[in-house]
Formats: sequence, C-alpha cells, structure tokens
Amino acid sequence: MNLGKIVGVNGNLLTVEFEKPVIQNEVGFARLGDISLKSEVIRVRGSHAELQVFEATTGLRVGDQVEFTGELLAVELGPGLLTQVFDGLQNPLPALAEECGFFLQRGKYLQALPRETKWKFTPAVKAGDSVLAGDAVGCVPEGIFDHKIMVPFRLHGRLTVKEVAAEGEYTVEDVVARVADEKGREYEVRMMQVWPVKVPVKCYAERLRPSEPLITKVRIVDTFFPVARGGTYCIPGPFGAGKTVLQQITSRHADVDVVIIAACGERAGEVVETLREFPELTDPRTGKSLMERTLIICNTSSMPVAAREASVYTAVTIAEYYRQMGLNVLLLADSTSRWAQALREMSGRLEEIPGEEAFPAYLESVIAAFYERGGVVRLHDGSTGSVTIGGTVSPAGGNFEEPVTQSTLKVVGAFHGLSRARSDARRYPAIDPLDSWSKYPSLVDAEELELARHFLREGNEVNQMMKVVGEEGTSLDDFIVYLKGEYLDDVYLQQNAFHEVDAATPVERQKHVFSALAKILRTKMKFESKEAARGFFQSLTQATRDWNQIAMEIPEFKQQEEQLDAMLAEVTSYET
Amino acid sequence: MHKVYHRIEQIAGNVIVVTAENVVYGELAQVTSDMGTSLAQVIRLEANRVSLQVFAGGRGIATDSKVRFLGNTMQIPFSENLLGRVFTGSGVPRDKGPEITENKIPIGGPSVNPAKRIIPRNMVRTGIPMIDVFNTLVESQKLPIFSVAGEPYNELLARIALQAEVDVIILGGMGLKHDDYLYFRDTLEENGALSRSVLYVHTAADPTVECMLVPDIALATAEKFALQDKRVLVLLTDMTNFADSMKEVAITMEQIPSNRGYPGDLYSQLAARYEKAVDFEGSGSITILAVTTMPGDDVTHPVPDNTGYITEGQFYLKNGRIEPFGSLSRLKQQVNSRTRDDHRTIMDTMIQLYASYKETLEKQSMGFRMSGWDQKLLKYGERFENEMMALSVNIPLEEALDRGWEILADCFEPQETGISSKLVDEFWKK
Repeated sequence: MNLGKIVGVNGNLLTVEFEKPVIQNEVGFARLGDISLKSEVIRVRGSHAELQVFEATTGLRVGDQVEFTGELLAVELGPGLLTQVFDGLQNPLPALAEECGFFLQRGKYLQALPRETKWKFTPAVKAGDSVLAGDAVGCVPEGIFDHKIMVPFRLHGRLTVKEVAAEGEYTVEDVVARVADEKGREYEVRMMQVWPVKVPVKCYAERLRPSEPLITKVRIVDTFFPVARGGTYCIPGPFGAGKTVLQQITSRHADVDVVIIAACGERAGEVVETLREFPELTDPRTGKSLMERTLIICNTSSMPVAAREASVYTAVTIAEYYRQMGLNVLLLADSTSRWAQALREMSGRLEEIPGEEAFPAYLESVIAAFYERGGVVRLHDGSTGSVTIGGTVSPAGGNFEEPVTQSTLKVVGAFHGLSRARSDARRYPAIDPLDSWSKYPSLVDAEELELARHFLREGNEVNQMMKVVGEEGTSLDDFIVYLKGEYLDDVYLQQNAFHEVDAATPVERQKHVFSALAKILRTKMKFESKEAARGFFQSLTQATRDWNQIAMEIPEFKQQEEQLDAMLAEVTSYET
Repeated sequence: MHKVYHRIEQIAGNVIVVTAENVVYGELAQVTSDMGTSLAQVIRLEANRVSLQVFAGGRGIATDSKVRFLGNTMQIPFSENLLGRVFTGSGVPRDKGPEITENKIPIGGPSVNPAKRIIPRNMVRTGIPMIDVFNTLVESQKLPIFSVAGEPYNELLARIALQAEVDVIILGGMGLKHDDYLYFRDTLEENGALSRSVLYVHTAADPTVECMLVPDIALATAEKFALQDKRVLVLLTDMTNFADSMKEVAITMEQIPSNRGYPGDLYSQLAARYEKAVDFEGSGSITILAVTTMPGDDVTHPVPDNTGYITEGQFYLKNGRIEPFGSLSRLKQQVNSRTRDDHRTIMDTMIQLYASYKETLEKQSMGFRMSGWDQKLLKYGERFENEMMALSVNIPLEEALDRGWEILADCFEPQETGISSKLVDEFWKK
C-alpha cells in the first residue's frame, strides 16, 4: 500500500509527503478517524504531492495518513446509468439520501451502478471472432435502448474472442466474455468497466464533420442559429436572462437519444424541478417518460468545489460511453463558469501566477479540451454516434468580454448570446438575434434567411434612429421596414414556452411557417399613414400568434393561413 | 490536557502564526493577551506552522500572548432558550441575559442532498402588494433586497418579518450601525415578536472576523429550528459587509484577488450560505431574506452580481419603493396560480401598462405631443405608484387585487387592457 503523510492543510488543498512513486491525477484517500476523504493529486513537487480534496477538510491534522490508490479519477460505465441522479463523483444521490437522510455526509461514497440488478444479456459475437476495444460483444435492454456491452476501452490492438457467455441474466460484475490480444494475454469483459474521466474515449474509426442539424424545436435556434449533432454551442447571459430555462426546454425537446444534464455549481432548486417533472413528462419520440433517456449529474453550488470541477468530466465521459453505442447524446452543462471558477479557486490555493481576472493561464486550453470531446464519430462497425455539448456561461456583470466567455467563443460552433434588454422586455427566448451566430447549416432556405436577417438588422437601425428623431421624422418606407422587423421578432423569434403547441415547433412546421413569413417580408406594402401601417401590423401579429398556437394537423391551421393571406392581399402594393 | 503556546511568530491583520504540534485543521484556540481573551480558528497548517484567525482581531496581541488549543471546531449552543435573546457574531450574549452553554451544535454543516429537496409550494404573505401580487415570496425561497445605502431596506426587512406568517425569526446583522441594531430589537419588541426571534448581531464597531461568522451561526440555528417542524425566516443584513470582511481576510492571507479585490471563491462562499434555504419534506423550512447594498447602485458589482446568480430572484429597492423592473421572484409561478384566478392577469397587465406609462413619461420629457392614450397612461401611472407601489400600503393580497381592478376600471376601457373577456366579465368594476 502506498501511504503518504500530511504536512500541510490549506482549505481543501493538502500537501502530502510521499516515498513510493505517485501519479499525477491519481486518487488518494485522506484518513480521518474511520472515514476517508477522496482527493486527487494535482501537483507534485519534490517529495511533496498536492491533493485537492473533494470534501471539507476540517479535522485533518499534520501527520495523518493519505492512501494513494494508483488509479486516476474514474467513473463506472455500464447498464443502469440512465434515469440516475449522480453527484460530481458519480455517487447516486437518491441512494445516498436513503442512507444519510436530508444532508450529504462527508466521506460517504456509494457504488454508481447497482451490483445486484440482473440484466438480460444477448451475445453478439462468438468465440474466434476478431474485435477491437469499444466493439460490442453483446447487449442488454436498458429502458428504451439496447445497451451494448463493449470490449474495455483500455485494451489495445486486435483482440480475439475466446469465450462468450450464453444468453441469460447477469449482474454488471459477471464476466460475459474473454478476449485475448495478439500476444495471447487474456482479458475478462464484464458488463461494467471503469474509465478515467479526464481522458477522452477514442475507440472509433474516425471523427466526422458535424453536418446534420440537431433539432431543438426552438425556432430562433433551429432557423437562425442552428446546432449540429456532434457540434458545440454556448449560451452566455446575465442572471435572470433565461439560460437555465432555455436549457430545460432543450433537454425536453431535443431530437437525440440520450440527454445528460450536468448541473454544475448552480441552484439546487432548478435541478429539483427537472427531477420531479421529467418522470411525469412523455417523450414524444418514444412515448415513455422523459426520464428514461435522461441522466443528471448534479453538483450544485453549495456542494464541494473540487467535485464541481470533476462533474463536467464525469458527464462528458458518460456521454462518450453512450456515443460508443452509436447513439446521439446531448450534454447540457449549466454553468461552465462555475466550473471555471472551481479551477480558479484551486489555482489560487496552489499560488499559481494568475491570468486575467485571476483565472489560471491554462483556462483556455482546459475549456478547449473539454468542448473538443464533443463530435460525430464513425465507429468500427460503420454506424455513427455523436456527442453535442451545450454549455451556459454566466459572465460576471453580464459582460461578455470576460475570460470564460471569450475562451469558450473561440472553440464552439454556435453562440447564443442572451441579452438583458430582451429578457427585460419579456422577449423570450432572449437570444440576441443581432449578436448571436452559428457556423452550422440552417434547415431553411439560405436566401430567405438572409432576407429575414436583413429586416432584423435594418429594422433595428430604424428603431435606433427613431429614438432620436421621433416617429414624425421617419419616412413611411423606413417605418414599414421597422414594423416588418418587429413583426418577425414577435411571431417567429419569440416563442411561448408554456403553450402546448407553441412551445415546440417541429422541423416541417418551421420550414412552412418561415417561408410564409418570408413571403410577407418580401411583399411591397402600401399604407395611407404610419398609424394605418401600425394598426395593420398589430392585427397581423395577433393573427400570426394565433396561428402559432394551432396544431398543424387540424384544419384550422390551413384556415388561419388563408386568413393571413387575405390580410396581406389588402395591403399589397402592385406598383412597380 | 491542552498545551499552551507562548511564542507567536507572526501577526498580520487578524491572522497570527504559532508553531505547534498535533493541531487539527479548523479547530478553535483561545488567545489571551492584555486586551482580554478571544477565540481563534485554525485556517492553515504548514508542517508545524499554524495560522489562526483571531475573532477579536490582531490588535493588542503580544508576541508572547498565550495560545491554548481547545480541540474542537466552532460550536454554538442551541435550545428553545435562544428565543428572545441577542448574541454577538461569535455567539456571546449581547443582552444582559445569562450565557447559554447547553447542547452545542457545529456551524457550517453539510448541504442538503438535492434528491431530498421538493418543489416549493407555499406562499409567504407580507401585506406588501409589490411583493404579494407582483413578485410573490415563497416559503424556502432565498431572496436578496438590492439597494443603495440610505434606502429603507432595514425597515422593509423588519416589516416583512413582522407580517410574514412564520414561527421563528432569526436576524443575522453584519456590520450594522448600532442604531439599526437597536431599531430591529425595539421594533420586534414593540410588536411582540421578540419572543419568537433570535438575534445575532455584529455591529460596525465589532471585530471583522465575527462578521464572517454571523451567517453561519444564524443558519445553523435556523436549520435546527426547521428540523423541529418550525417555519423559520432568516434575515441577513447586510451581505455586502459579509463579502467585504471576507475580502479583508483574504487579502491579509495574501490570497490572489479575482475581481475588485474579492477572493476567487466569493460565489461558492455566498452560495454555501444562501443554499441553506430549504423546505424539509414532512418538517419545517428555512426562508432567507437578505440585504445586499450595491455600491454606487451598480448591479454589476461583484457582490450583487454573484448574489443574483445564486438567489431565486431579487427585490430592487429604489427611491423607497420596490421597483417592478429589475425585481423578480423566480418561484412566484409555483404559487400564484393557486391564489385567485385573476392573480396572474393582474400581475402581467398592470406591469405592462406601467411599462407603457414609463415610455410615455420619456416621450413627455422629450417634448413629444401627448395623445389621449398617453393621458390615460399618465393618470394610471400616478395611481399605480401611489396606491400599489408605495411601501406605506399595507393590505392583504385579495384586497390588493381588487384595488388593481378598481384602478384599471378608473383609467381604461376593458379592451384597452388586453385582458381576456372571461376575466373582464367576472372582475371588471363597473
């Protein structure tokens, strides 16, 4: 056993004197009476290792023992992960609550996967088959999927299957196959494997370019600032602008197989809403409860800071594991700023030379490495899987010029900037249509999209001008441009998250409605006065909003559309 | 038998360093100097160099003052006898009552397991329309009052405390002016609420370190009461002073500051306190109302900014009124559908019209012509400010809703308000 001795305690940072070799990022347990506190080596200097402890360190003293495990911080991967609620170190919180009651207890670690549950295993290979790490040897049903049991990711090279278990019921610890490498060394394959969280899983044939859209059913996202499967995006915004609500909506409607929610350093109350509501909601894709495709990693703001740092890695590792089965996974991290702050706290304790706003100098590369773990991959069997990462950013003072937002913007494919002005005006979702951008292809016609953008931009300019010269000083043509921009904003960019139809707009409907709106924008209109123009657009807005709230399948949808056409015909100018 | 150390190697601000063996991280020590005896807490261990934070401050400590380690961490007494009493930031009686020593409990305990939390569901009635109608306070909510110095935030806090239907009130005063402390004590006493209150008060004249202990002590006590099925309201004023004393200590400890001198863990430190707000299923609850003064009315200042990310909304107190814009109760949706059918409609409609009134005011100040609609809005805005927004208004929710209908009927035609015809038929005052 590799034991070290504590020589210093500073907050959750331990300095430990060691004799036998230690590994950077290995896990150590600080012994405190009859409990052990989990910690991780984060720096080694001479014969001293520095460890961040995932718990409060009160009660430790100089001379206490630390046991080094020789293993990096890792998670358990196997059937039984979905529907679970874990903390940042993969402790199942409901099980913890059963044992400890209302409060979290220091030094209490439970197994992530239940050991007794039996899973019905169906083999997919036979003795003599050749496999690679990450290939399936069989599968078990887990909720709505066939959960693939894979050759451990840590193995290398071509492997030969020596033996496979027969179809039947097994626990996660049972050996379901034996494989041998080229040198003849044999390895056991269990349903469960462990994988170090800070190392990306790379058992795929190649990484592809994200090209397929990930439908969120939020119009402003899908049409204007789309996200691609396997892409990355970020949502920065000041407090109260609706970051978390937007993430909650996305977690409900996103067109993916698995959703992993990493509640990282945010309010516990928000996680509770998801926890209590998801089991009640139906997933339209499967007809089952939404919880069946969801997994929550929950390390809220008052839980230990070091575990918060680990939580995003725990989440992304589990995401990569499901991707390896050929599934599309969406990882929502709320909020990456809290994670960056956890890095800052540790960096401060280590007395590293600070960068901007005291964030460590390596902040950028750490953020980049995290987002790079997203992506679409082609697996060895030819199927593809993806991990899409969406992270919220909580910039200090709502100012996007701060290090976390800026470092994130460099590495993501889409930027959904929330603005205080829009949320104050109750224009939800409060994504700023002028500042945001996306590098992924939209589902609507590019030319029509450019037309819509043109009206949003020009409309905004006219509006700014009007604030100075008043309505009287604005020409009727400019005024119509302004009204068209506002109209598009009111009926398309804004969406009522609480209305059963309007809350989620499927692809077909978005395409249909958007081209109808493009037609309205393109139409030359003629009015007697500004008052008449305003009046017309007010009633058009009302009628279009009603249209948004009618299900597409029922005849009223068509009728309402015809009514809009009739309204438009009345004001169309045929002059050339 | 605890060993006594006589040789203090370093004194900087409130932090002293002694060489000692077998010291536990976080334990307390007694430091005795000519100035008297003070508690101190171990905040850093480096081999046998022990850094201690002295609660009463470093002033007057001699290099040969006595340091005696006590072998236990910070604990405070807890019993029913706390009710009606006033203590300092380190738990010593501030009134003339006897010291309480029974049943010691630790402070700064672990956080509640998120899996054990429930969705909040009970409204806290305050009699203030700007809260009850527009930004309802909910049991187990954590909510700060953002304001600049000089606003009547302590009066507002005291009023909410007196009118809210709670079992126990715990006041944590940080950096309070002595007058403000007396104001709270006297107000609670006059209204007969002192007997269900516990006051932990750190005044501006007391040592800085004690200021940092106040929220932990107040919340540890609150937690115990809540677990005894009590509905507890915790008032913390002013959290900016708490943050400032953390800043002071961090700088003394030569920590690298992050933003305007505040330590990098400001967010985690504030969150650890605010997240104590909870509704224990099958037992009591803790609701936290705090005051955060904003230096220079700047909401992007690190303290209000970090607070806003943690709390479930905020009340924005300006010019002696709770501003409808900028104020927000994130939990109001959980309760305001079950109060009265017209609650949400009145809430939305009156605010939208008030926003239009503000626009009209702007137009007026720029010299644009006032239309008939503008005139209506001007009349409405004035009535709204005087009869709903003013803090002197003290009426129950139902009466406030009725008054809302009455003001609307006085100023507008039903169709001008955009209220659905069903509600107009039911509630519109003819």
